[in-house]
Amino acid sequence: MNQDSQSMHFEYNVEGGNFSRAGYASSEIKKLLKQLNVDMGIIKRTVVGCYEAEVNVVAHAYTGTIYVDLNTESITIRFQDEGPGIPDIDQAMVEGFSTASSKVREMGFGAGMGLPNIKKNADQMKISSIVGKGTTLEITMLLQ
Amino acid sequence: MAVKYFHHALKFRKEVCIGCSHCMNVCPTQAIRIQGGKAELTDNRCVDCGKCYRACPVGAIIVEQDDFSRIFEFEHRVALIPNVLMGQFPERVSINQIRSVLHELGFTHIFEVEHGTRILEGAMKEYMLRHGQRKPLISTFCPAIVRLIQVRFPGLTDNLILLKPPLDIAASYFRKKLLDEGAKNKEIGIFYITPCAAKIAAVKSPVGDDTSDINGVINMDFIFNKVYTSMKQGHTGKNACQLPSLFALQPEEMLWSLTEGESSRMPGRSLAIDEISNVIEFLEKMENEENTDIDFLELRACDQSCAGGILTSGNRFFTVERLRNQACEVKLETPENGVTDVTASMEVYRNFLMDNIRVKKVLPRSMEKLDEDMKQALLKMQMVRDIMESLPSVDCGLCGSPTCNALAQDIAQGRAEITHCIFIQKKYEQKDWLSSRESLEILKDIWGEEKFGSRKN
Ligand SMILES: Nc1ncnc2c1ncn2[C@@H]1O[C@H](COP(=O)(O)OP(=O)(O)O)[C@@H](O)[C@H]1O
Ligand code: SF4
Ligand SMILES: [Mg+2]
Repeated sequence: MNQDSQSMHFEYNVEGGNFSRAGYASSEIKKLLKQLNVDMGIIKRTVVGCYEAEVNVVAHAYTGTIYVDLNTESITIRFQDEGPGIPDIDQAMVEGFSTASSKVREMGFGAGMGLPNIKKNADQMKISSIVGKGTTLEITMLLQ
Repeated sequence: MAVKYFHHALKFRKEVCIGCSHCMNVCPTQAIRIQGGKAELTDNRCVDCGKCYRACPVGAIIVEQDDFSRIFEFEHRVALIPNVLMGQFPERVSINQIRSVLHELGFTHIFEVEHGTRILEGAMKEYMLRHGQRKPLISTFCPAIVRLIQVRFPGLTDNLILLKPPLDIAASYFRKKLLDEGAKNKEIGIFYITPCAAKIAAVKSPVGDDTSDINGVINMDFIFNKVYTSMKQGHTGKNACQLPSLFALQPEEMLWSLTEGESSRMPGRSLAIDEISNVIEFLEKMENEENTDIDFLELRACDQSCAGGILTSGNRFFTVERLRNQACEVKLETPENGVTDVTASMEVYRNFLMDNIRVKKVLPRSMEKLDEDMKQALLKMQMVRDIMESLPSVDCGLCGSPTCNALAQDIAQGRAEITHCIFIQKKYEQKDWLSSRESLEILKDIWGEEKFGSRKN
């Protein structure tokens, strides 16, 4: 448990391939921000980014964990997955670029807008990846 | 003291309530707690959906209505009736019969609410063109949904279509028409026959609008019973002609208050969702997405929309079937002599109605926040989490809060104690922190003395 009362940590597991549960963690994070009385516009941007990142773990990786670090100044959400990784991050960031399988597209995901939308909505975004191992995406939102 | 935002038509009669907690368990906004053996409502959380009313086994929850005799304070007494009233009765009861009973009860005019939908439909389409960037736009037809969005989805208040519902448009039109015919404003009494509590609450404290052309509200079940009694007495409705006849509603107008009544009339991609839990589930998901390509959302609190209103008496599925059949049977004809063509008459007032069709912005009233101040809210959040670690997560409701999480939040906000939890009581008794007498007293405080009295032994 966290000792610093000014900050809270949360963790959520994400299961690769399980689309019916995709969005669960995002909804939980949204609830937290509503309880904190964060501005609705900021909540909206956070949740949109969060949801896209969560779906990416479900769609492209095998398994992952979401680490949330919350205080009154900001929220940092780290999506760490075990999966194939991203060989060319710059290319992955391009609007419309997607390696999603046709199966994933049928589910209504895979339009290649996820990463660009995360970048657009987040106050800060960091992404790193090791091919064959996994990807870590971190977004930070200022809450004030 | 918290500011009171809403008027509520649902009233809890303490003297009748047996504290069974059925209402608490069905409330979609967790607005109910049990205290002292009685249900207690948190006003600002309640959206007037009426789920509790349906769940109460002893009729302790009532829908407050105006005293019927109030209609006689006015010389011109208008009954504004929604079309679902017609769907309450078996086919052999004619519209004329219903009209004649209303006449006998003392009304001088009868006007269908849905006459307001034609003007509204045009205004909605125009609104959608102008506000197309705010997708999806959400109908404000159902007042329970408007309140739900205010308290639970405050980020979506900007998506609400800020136009009056058909009820208010019909009322404005009729008042104006009577005024133009020479009636004095204070002589006109417009009374709405309502299928639900949400509409009453909206009439008494309109969201986003502060005046109403409606003088009072009468519950639909009251009228239903009157019509039935009169039918039993062999009434045929022959003298209904004393009331001016109106040219019938068009099919799309008749169906407006049913599910898909609005969505089927709107351009682009529209969706209709009825029943409040379905609506909540949908909006939760929708909030997560950047862009939805849905243009219009029709959301209704009741299953089968207004056919399932809590003050309706008929089986909602039959009501829908009847109204759909009636709509199919409407002949598209020109009005006969002596029959008022409402559409034409309303057209005359189009400019007047359009000038008054907008309502003020609907404000968010979030009930999710643990505290206004973010620092305090964070501390309380921490507290909720700590408390949750010791609660059993079985949501038994014996603490008087609907779920363990609701209890944890109540405790963090100083409205409850951890010892309200029966699992905690057992643990504390084991450790000698609490005597069995003390824990019994706690349960009595929550559930009332009587539940522990001697019924059998
Ligand atoms: N967590 C991840 N693991 C592996 N590859 C990923 C991950 N996230 C994104 N990618 C890659 O980046 C591409 C672009 O991602 P995104 O913009 O979200 O579009 P989409 O998910 O619709 O394909 C994906 O198609 C995929 O190849
Ligand atoms: S669906 Fe109709 S009857 Fe039900 S609450 Fe909404 S307006 Fe009232
Ligand atoms: Mg994606």
